[in-house]
Amino acid sequence: MVALERISARMTLLPKALFLLVVSIGALWPTVAKASQPLGASSLEQSPSAEMARLVADLSSPDKADRRAAVVALGALGDPRVLSVLEALRGGSLYVWRQPSGGRETVITRDHTTRDGKEMVSIVRADSGEPIRSADGQALYVEASTLEAIWPDRRLRRIMKPLIDGLRSRVNLFDPDPDTRRSAATKLSRLGRPALIPLLEEALDKEPTWWVRHTIDEAINLLKLSDDNPSVRREAATRLGELRAENSLPALQRLVEASVGGDSSTNDGSVRRAAVAAIERIERWGGVTRAVSTLFRGLSLASILLLMALGLAITFGLMGVINMAHGELMMLGAYSAFVMQGWFQTYLPANLFDYYFLLAIPFSFLVAGAMGLVLERSVIRFLYGRPLETLLVTWGVSLILQQAIRLTFGAANVDVSAPSWLRGGLQAMVGVQLPYNRLFIIVLAVASLVGTYLLLFHSKAGLRVRAVTQNREMSACLGIPARKVDTYTFALGSGLAGMAGCALSMVGNVGPDLGQNYIVDSFMVVVAGGVGKLAGSLAAAFGIGGLNKLLEPSFGAVFGKVLILVLVILFLQWKPSGLFPAKGRLAEY
Amino acid sequence: MKFPATASWTRAEKLSFGLITVLLLVVLPLLNALPTGSFLHLSDFYLNLFGKFLAYAILALGIDLIWGYTGILSLGQGVFFGLGAYVMGMHLMLAIGKRGVYQSTLPDFMVWNQVKELPLFWKPFYSFGFTMAAIFLVPALFALVFGFLAFRSRIRGVYFAIITQALALVMWLLFNRNELNLGGTNGLTDFKVLLGFDLLSPSTQRGLYITTALCLMGSYLLCRWITKSRLGKVLTATRDNEHRVRFSGYSPANYKLFVFVVSAALAGLAGALYVPQVGIITPSQIGVFPSIEMVVWVAVGGRGILIGAVVGAIGVNWARSFLTTAYPDLWLIFLGALFIGVVLFIPDGIIGYLRNLLLRRRAASASADEEAPLGPEGRQHA
Repeated sequence: MVALERISARMTLLPKALFLLVVSIGALWPTVAKASQPLGASSLEQSPSAEMARLVADLSSPDKADRRAAVVALGALGDPRVLSVLEALRGGSLYVWRQPSGGRETVITRDHTTRDGKEMVSIVRADSGEPIRSADGQALYVEASTLEAIWPDRRLRRIMKPLIDGLRSRVNLFDPDPDTRRSAATKLSRLGRPALIPLLEEALDKEPTWWVRHTIDEAINLLKLSDDNPSVRREAATRLGELRAENSLPALQRLVEASVGGDSSTNDGSVRRAAVAAIERIERWGGVTRAVSTLFRGLSLASILLLMALGLAITFGLMGVINMAHGELMMLGAYSAFVMQGWFQTYLPANLFDYYFLLAIPFSFLVAGAMGLVLERSVIRFLYGRPLETLLVTWGVSLILQQAIRLTFGAANVDVSAPSWLRGGLQAMVGVQLPYNRLFIIVLAVASLVGTYLLLFHSKAGLRVRAVTQNREMSACLGIPARKVDTYTFALGSGLAGMAGCALSMVGNVGPDLGQNYIVDSFMVVVAGGVGKLAGSLAAAFGIGGLNKLLEPSFGAVFGKVLILVLVILFLQWKPSGLFPAKGRLAEY
Repeated sequence: MKFPATASWTRAEKLSFGLITVLLLVVLPLLNALPTGSFLHLSDFYLNLFGKFLAYAILALGIDLIWGYTGILSLGQGVFFGLGAYVMGMHLMLAIGKRGVYQSTLPDFMVWNQVKELPLFWKPFYSFGFTMAAIFLVPALFALVFGFLAFRSRIRGVYFAIITQALALVMWLLFNRNELNLGGTNGLTDFKVLLGFDLLSPSTQRGLYITTALCLMGSYLLCRWITKSRLGKVLTATRDNEHRVRFSGYSPANYKLFVFVVSAALAGLAGALYVPQVGIITPSQIGVFPSIEMVVWVAVGGRGILIGAVVGAIGVNWARSFLTTAYPDLWLIFLGALFIGVVLFIPDGIIGYLRNLLLRRRAASASADEEAPLGPEGRQHA
């Protein structure tokens, strides 16, 4: 924290606030992303009833009809422990064990080991789930071949499937993971059994997360829509309208149609009116959510473009080097994430795996930065002031990098899996979920922008960079090592590209062609924004990203892109040097 | 029209131009006509391949004109090449008639895509005359509009390069779409006849080869005339100092537009000659990648030297057809290294390097006669 304070003490108020915001978001991120508390166990848990024990025993009956009856009766019990029995039956791990004392016990097998060349297995009682222990209190392992398997026939499997699904949803309704709870509520409402309402209401009382509460509420009212009492139906319809429950639209429409039909039990004007009002309300809300989602997608694309354009704004904007290998540096960054992931999988315990991405970001920066360093030292320094030549040379470099990656990692895309804290999304409002990976990229883009801004405009190193790019000779005369500054500036731009690639690995495919797909877009951002202007790149990234997503729904991705090129060309008619034209010496490029 | 400033032809130039004409137009077809078993026999395959290279050389001449002489790097030449190629391809598609797989008057891909009627813009391409005009006019008009907008707002240097690259990307995306009714990703292919000649017969291919060689000679003469004329001087002056040209009362934008349009028309011609010889045109030949590769041919041969462009186009493509079969993995690395090596070590290209070497030796021998006592150092200075 001391270092942080020292950095923040140097800044003026606005950047300071931004900086602290970014730092705190970064620090809080993992906690925010994992904001899920385990819930108390369901009240459904009771001691195993004699009924259940009897039914479980019936499962091993030789008579098929008895077995089917037992399964149906077990399903009707509604006890969550029945789930493990039925799943074991389906999965083929339900057995009959002959006790040494002579009795028969229905058991589920757990851990398998091999002892003295025999396959041994530990077992638990199927009716209570208690492990069976030997006399000394250790888990008892029995020889697998002495157990008698209970196999379900096809008809039994067909009976079991809906029972298992229903039970699973009931159990999942109290799962620690909010997404699981939510999808369980949705599934239960689809079963269409009003008997489930009390269970859902109980879950609703206990539910801490607002959007899961919302889904459960929706599920309850969906079930109530088919109630016999018209006033219950009317209230349910009104409530669904209040909830803006988009999923209930088909059910509401059915309700409207049924009440037109003239059937005496459903012909109720007030129900119909309520349903129509609810539909209108939900549809109006749909417009709002679509607008918000489009805005967010535009913002997300803009942040990706910004991340890519930042590095370019430095190498192309400040130094005048057209780096066609910029896309390939991004690709290197993405592959660095892949390599880091591999290292974590190979050398570190699995529970640390989620942190690999935190290390992958700086690692990708370093890898791409080092590549940039080599590139500058070996090739680019001979070509300053000859932008067209650098274009050709760096294109050559990009071909070599691509082919080298293809020869090392293969031509197919590699799989970079998102850490668990970037999966799922933040429920911002009803009907709008903001994926964490996209949010993360937005945060990263803002952090990189702020960091680059501070480095260039509020640090000594940045002062030197700006001095050298404005007037090399004068800076050199004043004792600034211009050569070194060039090298490190280029490495910085390359490192930023690597970081952008690392971030991209969370939202797109990682393959040798990754860079090619983005390079033209990011150059357009720099050109439209005005060379060498961070603010211009920012504005252009948001302009092009937002416009892209705005045009995409009505024109399609390809024609949207065509339109954007046309717009950029027309825009350059009006402002030939971009949004923020460079003045003076820099304008010569 | 005054024919190319004949006065400026030196004897060496006349000799080499004549030699190359004889080689391309007489010797190679003759070798091809020799009996198959003969030692000197040139197979149909190689003659066809060479015809493709010559088509590329026409395109390279256009690039040399705009990049080498005028200093404008266009990374969108593949688009103009593609436009010419698609124009020719459309005519050839219609010439298939009912001989296609589906025995429909419509091209096969339209039958697949459930297009019931020939789109209106396809209809004029039944006419060979119209097609011949469109080969030049479509790319030229496109270049005229695009170039007018670009040069008017003084987009130049790297900006122009990037904008044209974006153009190549967008056109590639567009041509991949089926809605355009140009065959989508699969492009146009399966051609059968051209003006009644069977495209698969060796004699037709030989005719196409000779046509291509003649077009190359014509394009060379045209480019030579442009570069040697007063117009060419203005172009070179624009390359070297655009501000001064403007201050002298010229409008560089008009000159640039002219040369951009000419290079686009040459690219269109190259595309039109390419299609019947190769038998297919797909969007992959007009994208960002092929467009930039075309620039490299010129860089390798020597920009600012017309013969350099021709040598570069033929040389690099020859190397490509050899390397992609012999070492498919290494071709891209070789191409990349070629980019880097040429720009860093022989910025004037192969022909430029040889010419400089020749000039230096001539100057050295001239100075050695006068200042013999200076010895080797004197030679170096010269």
